[in-house]
Amino acid sequence: MEAEDEATGQMIEDEEIYVNGGGDGDESKRHRPIISGEQLDVEAYAALYTGRTKISRLLFIAEKCGNASMQLDALRMAYDEIKKGENTQLFREVVAKIDGRLGPNYGPDNAWADAVDRRAELRKERLENELNAYRTNLIKESIRMGYNDFGDFYFAHGQLGDAFKNYVRTRDYCTTSKHIVHMCLNAILVSIEMGQFTHVTSYVSKAEQSQDALDPITIAKLRCAAGLALLEGKKYKLAARKFLETGPDLGNSYTEVIAPQDVATHYASCLEYLGNLKANLLLDIHLHDHVETLYEQIRNKALIQYTHPFVSVDLHMMANAFNTSVASLEKELEALITNNQIQARIDSHNKILYARHADQRNATFQRVLQTGNEFDREVRAMLLRANLIKHEFNLKASSRKH
Amino acid sequence: MNSVETLVAQIQGLSGSISDVNQLHSLLKQSEDFFQSESTRLASLLTELDPSIHSLGYLYILEACTSAPISKEQASELVLSVARFINLCAAEQIRLAPDKFTSVCKRFKDQVMLLEDPMRGVAPMLTAIRKLQLSTEHLTTLHQDFLLLCLLAKCYKTGLSILEDDIFEIDQPRDFFLYCYYGGMICIGHKKFSKALELLHNVVTAPMSILNAIAVEAYKKYILVSLIHLGQFSISFPKYTSSVAQRNLKNFSQPYLELVNSYGTGKISELETSVQANNEKFEFDQNLGLVKQVVSSMYKRNIQRLTQTYLTLSLQDIANTVQLNSAKEAEMHVLQMIQDGEIYATINQKDGMVRFLEDPEQYKTCEMIERIDSSIQRIMMLSRKLTHMDEQLSCDPLYLAKAGKERQRFDFDDFDTVPSSKFTI
Repeated sequence: MEAEDEATGQMIEDEEIYVNGGGDGDESKRHRPIISGEQLDVEAYAALYTGRTKISRLLFIAEKCGNASMQLDALRMAYDEIKKGENTQLFREVVAKIDGRLGPNYGPDNAWADAVDRRAELRKERLENELNAYRTNLIKESIRMGYNDFGDFYFAHGQLGDAFKNYVRTRDYCTTSKHIVHMCLNAILVSIEMGQFTHVTSYVSKAEQSQDALDPITIAKLRCAAGLALLEGKKYKLAARKFLETGPDLGNSYTEVIAPQDVATHYASCLEYLGNLKANLLLDIHLHDHVETLYEQIRNKALIQYTHPFVSVDLHMMANAFNTSVASLEKELEALITNNQIQARIDSHNKILYARHADQRNATFQRVLQTGNEFDREVRAMLLRANLIKHEFNLKASSRKH
Repeated sequence: MNSVETLVAQIQGLSGSISDVNQLHSLLKQSEDFFQSESTRLASLLTELDPSIHSLGYLYILEACTSAPISKEQASELVLSVARFINLCAAEQIRLAPDKFTSVCKRFKDQVMLLEDPMRGVAPMLTAIRKLQLSTEHLTTLHQDFLLLCLLAKCYKTGLSILEDDIFEIDQPRDFFLYCYYGGMICIGHKKFSKALELLHNVVTAPMSILNAIAVEAYKKYILVSLIHLGQFSISFPKYTSSVAQRNLKNFSQPYLELVNSYGTGKISELETSVQANNEKFEFDQNLGLVKQVVSSMYKRNIQRLTQTYLTLSLQDIANTVQLNSAKEAEMHVLQMIQDGEIYATINQKDGMVRFLEDPEQYKTCEMIERIDSSIQRIMMLSRKLTHMDEQLSCDPLYLAKAGKERQRFDFDDFDTVPSSKFTI
C-alpha cells in the first residue's frame, strides 16, 4: 500500500494522478480528472489514454453523458484522434454522430478516407505477398512477424475479429517465451476492445505460465487485465484483489487499455470509497455497469460495520452518521435484517436497534424436527413411487405375456 | 343343474369353517352365469340368509341383484340393504371375492350420489374399506370413492381419519391419483396444508407415461397451497418427476405461474392485478376460494416478516408496510395471527404499538422429548422398510430379468466377434 502510494506520488507531479486509497490531507487541492465530483474534464481525461481505447472511451462518454456540449467535445476529440489513425469505418460512424454540428472542419472528409482505404488495400496486398514468401521459405520468425503485422494492420483498421485471429495464429511460430507473452498481450488487448472477457482471462493465465519472460511491467499489465475481466464477471472482491496486486510499475505503459489512476479508482470503489463521484464513474467504460451495485454494497457494508460492535444502537445517531432520516434508515436496516446480514431487531417505538443473539440450542432443535419431518415425508413418497413403478412394470410384463 | 333352492341350501351349509367357505367360493364361481340370468328372482332369497354368517353367498347374490338397472324408488331401499350388509358381513369371507365386494360398494356409492345424499354413504364406506383392507398400508379402490363422498358431504374430519394412515401398497395407479387428489382437497378443507401439499406432491411427481387430467388439476392446487403454506413456489420439478409431467404441466397452468411471479414481488397490489386478470380462469377451475386464501396469506407472510426485524412497531406502520388500509385493519390481522399461534406478540392499544416476542418454546418439556423420540422411532421404522423393500426388489425375478437384459447390451464387447483388423491385412 505505502509503496504504491509513494511510487504513484511521483507521477502526480506531471500527470495529475491521484491514488485515493492513501487519504492524505492535500486531497482537495489537486484537480483530479476522474475522482472529483465536478464535471468530467474530457480533455484531461482523454489525455490519459492512447490508442483505440482513447477513441472508444470518448465515444462512450459522448453516448452516455447526456450533456450536449460535453458530447460535442468528446466527439471532436474522437474525430481528431481517429484522423491520426487509419480506421475509416469508425471515422464514418463518428462523422454520422457529429452530424455537421461542429462546422465544416469536422465533416465527412471523403478524400482522406478514400486515400486511407487505398493505402490500406495496397498495404494488405504487400503484407499478403510477404507472408506467402515467408511461408514458402518456412522461416518461423518471419512468419510470426508476418502474422503479427497482419494483426496490427487489422487492429488499426478496426477489424478486431481478424486482428484477434492473426495474433493468435502467431502462437504456432513462437520460439521464445517472450514471444508467447507478446502474443498473449496482443490477444488480451483485442479481447478487451471486443468485450470478450473470457478470452482475457484465458490469455492472462497463459501468459502467467511463462514466468521467466515476465518483467514487472508485464505482470502489472496482466493483473490489470485480469482485474477487468473479474470486474466484468461481477466478482468484485477478486477484482479488487487483482487491482491491488497491480504494482506501481504499470506507470503509463498500458495507456492503450487503462490509465493508472483507473486502477486506483477501481480499487477504491471496490472497497470503501464514498463520495459523489457517481456521475463521472458512470462514464467510465469498464465501471459503468457496476457502479450502482458497488455503491449499494459499499453502503451496506458500512451499515453492517457500524452496527457490529454494539448491543444497542440509537437510530437517531446512526441516521446522522449516515446522512439520512431515521425512517429511511429503518427501511435499509430492515432489508439487511431480512437478508440475514445483520443479526438484530428494531425497536421502532424507541428508535433503538438491538443486537439479537440467535439461540443455538433452540435453532438446532427446530432444525432436527424439521429434518426429521422431511425425511419422513420423502421416504414415504419414495416408497410410493417405487411401488407405482413396480406395478406399472408388472402390468407391462403381464400384458406382453398375453 | 342348479336351482335357486339348492343354491340357498349350499350357502347355508357351507358357511362354517374356512375349507367349507373355500369350497362354496368355487361353487359360486361356477354358477356365475346362473346368477346373471336369474338376477330378478334372487332378491327374495336374501331374506333367507344372514349377512353376518353367510357373507360370501350373500355378497354374490347381492352383486347379481344390483347389476340390473335400478329405479329411483328402489334405490333408497337398496342403499339401506347394502349399508346393512357392509356393517354386518364377515371380513374374512368377503376378502375371498374382493372384486365382487368392490363392485357392490361402487354401485352403492353411485346410488347414494344419485339420491344426492352423500352423507348416507360415508360411514358404510369407511367400514367397507376397513373390512376389505389387509393392512392399513393397503390402498383399496374404495378409498377414492370414500373420499369423494366425504368431500361432497363436507365430512372432512371423517375423511382425515383414513388419510392419516401411511399408504404403501397400491393396486391401481388411477386409484392412487384420485386418492391423493381428493385427499388433498379434504386436507385443504380442513386447513391441513402441509398434508395437502404432501398428497398433491405425490400426484405431481408420480411416475406416469401419459399426462392425465388429475395431475394437471393437482398441479394447479399444488401451486396455490404451496403459496399459502410456504409463501413461495419452486418452478423447477424434483428430478424424479416423470418427464411427461415436467414437459407439460406448466403449459396447462400459466395463470397460476403468473400468480407465483406476482406473489414473489411481495406487493399486494401486483398480486391483486394478477388475480383480477385471470379471475375467470380461476373460477372455471373452481380454485377461486384458494386464490383468495393466497391473497390473504400474503398479508400474513408480510406481517410475519416484520416480526423477524422489529421488536416494536406501531399498528399504523404495520398497515403501511403490508399495504392495509388502516391501523384498525392491521390490528385485526395481528390479533387473528396471535390467536392462531402464527406469531407471538402483544398489542398495546393505548399507544397503538405491537411488541413482537420470541417463540416461547424452549424445547425443555417432557412432551417435546417424547415427540422427538416418537419421530426417531418412526424414522427407524421407515428405514427398515426401505431396506426391506430394497432386498425384496433385488430378489424379484422380474426385476432381475430386466436388469440382466440391460447388462447384456452393455457388455456386447464381451462377445468374441472377429476383429475387423484381421481382414485388412
